[in-house]
Amino acid sequence: MADIEVGRNILEANQSMADQFRQRFAAQGIKVLNLISSPGAGKTSVLEKTLTRLGGRLNCAVIEGDIQTDEDAQRVAACGVPAVQIQTQGACHLDGPMIGEALEALDLEGLELLIIENVGNLVCPVDFDLGEDMKVAVLSVTEGDDKPAKYPALFRAAGVLLVNKIDLLPYIDCDLERIHDTCRTLNPQQKVFDISCRTGEGLKEWVAWLESWVKG
Amino acid sequence: MHELSIAQSLLGIVLQEASRHGVSRVTKVAVKIGALASVVPSSLTFSFDLVKEGTVAAEAVLEIEQVPAMGVCHACAAEMDMSGLVAACPACGSKDIELSSGQELYVDHIEAE
Ligand SMILES: Nc1nc2c(ncn2[C@@H]2O[C@H](COP(=O)(O)OP(=O)(O)OP(=O)(O)O)[C@@H](O)[C@H]2O)c(=O)[nH]1
Ligand SMILES: [Mg+2]
Ligand SMILES: [Zn+2]
Repeated sequence: MADIEVGRNILEANQSMADQFRQRFAAQGIKVLNLISSPGAGKTSVLEKTLTRLGGRLNCAVIEGDIQTDEDAQRVAACGVPAVQIQTQGACHLDGPMIGEALEALDLEGLELLIIENVGNLVCPVDFDLGEDMKVAVLSVTEGDDKPAKYPALFRAAGVLLVNKIDLLPYIDCDLERIHDTCRTLNPQQKVFDISCRTGEGLKEWVAWLESWVKG
Repeated sequence: MHELSIAQSLLGIVLQEASRHGVSRVTKVAVKIGALASVVPSSLTFSFDLVKEGTVAAEAVLEIEQVPAMGVCHACAAEMDMSGLVAACPACGSKDIELSSGQELYVDHIEAE
C-alpha cells in the first residue's frame, strides 16, 4: 500500500498551454478577448457590429468556435477581418489544443486585437483558460433577468458584460436593473454596456471603450 | 457537461503518477472539486469509470471531496458562505469580499499497491 501525495490541477495541461499563449500574446503586444454566451445571445452579431464600427482602426483577427459549420467565420470574414473556424465536433467549449491549432492558421504579425468566440454555452467555457486577457460575457435580455444568478460563474469571471437585444425590452418581461444588480454583486469591477445589435444602441460606447482598452 | 474530458485529464495525471512511483495497481483516486467548478460529481464518477478501463487504475475508486464556496472579507477578515449571491459582508457590511474557495479542481492523492 502506498499513499501518493499528488496535489495537481486536473486541468494543468490546458492551463500550461494557456499560460504559454498568454506570454506569447503579451510579447507580441496582442490583446485577447474570450467571448462567451449561451447559444444565440448574439456573439457573432456583436463581432460583426464591432468590427464594422472599428473600420480597420485596429488590426484584428477572430477565432470562431462552433460545434459545427463555418458560418460564423464567414460572417466575420465578410467584415474584412481574418477569421479561423474551429469545429469542436461536439465539444461544449474551446480548449488549449484547439486554440494552438487555430493560431497556426493566423498571421499574428502586427495584430493588436484577437477575439475568440467560444462555443455557445453559459457554463463549460468558463473553466477553460485560453490565454485571454479578459472574458466578455454576452447576455441577451430574452434569456431572462435571472440568468446571472443562476449561472454565476461566467458573470463573476467576465471583465465586461454586454447586455444585448435591448431593442426587445418593450415586448418581454425582463428587469434590466435586476441583471445590473446581480452582476454588480458578483463582480463590482465589471464594465457593463446595454446594447442592441439591431438598432445600434450602446455600440458606440462599447466600441470606444474597447479601442481605448486595446491601446491602453 | 464536460466531465468526460475532465475524466480523461484526471486519468492522465493518475497514470503519470502511477508510473513515476512504479505502482501496478491504483486502488483509490482522491480529488477535490469546488462547489463553483461546473463539474457534477456523479457524472465525473461515471466518466472516470469509463476511461479507467484497461489501465492500472481500472479498479480505482474515485473519492470526490466537495469544497464549499467560501469568501473572505478584506475589511474585517470574516469568512462567509458564498454559495448564494453575497452583496456585502454579513459581519461588517463591506463590499470588498473575495472568493477564498470553491473553484478547486485537483487531484489530492492516490492510493496504490
Ligand atoms: N432583435 C435583436 N436580435 C438580435 C440582436 N443581436 C443578435 N440578434 C439575433 O439573434 C440571433 C443570434 O445571433 P448570433 O449573433 O448568431 O448569436 P451567437 O451568440 O453568435 O450564436 P451561436 O454562435 O450560435 O452561439 C440572430 O438571429 C441575430 O440576428 C439584437 O440586438 N436584437
Ligand atoms: Mg456565433
Ligand atoms: Zn467584513
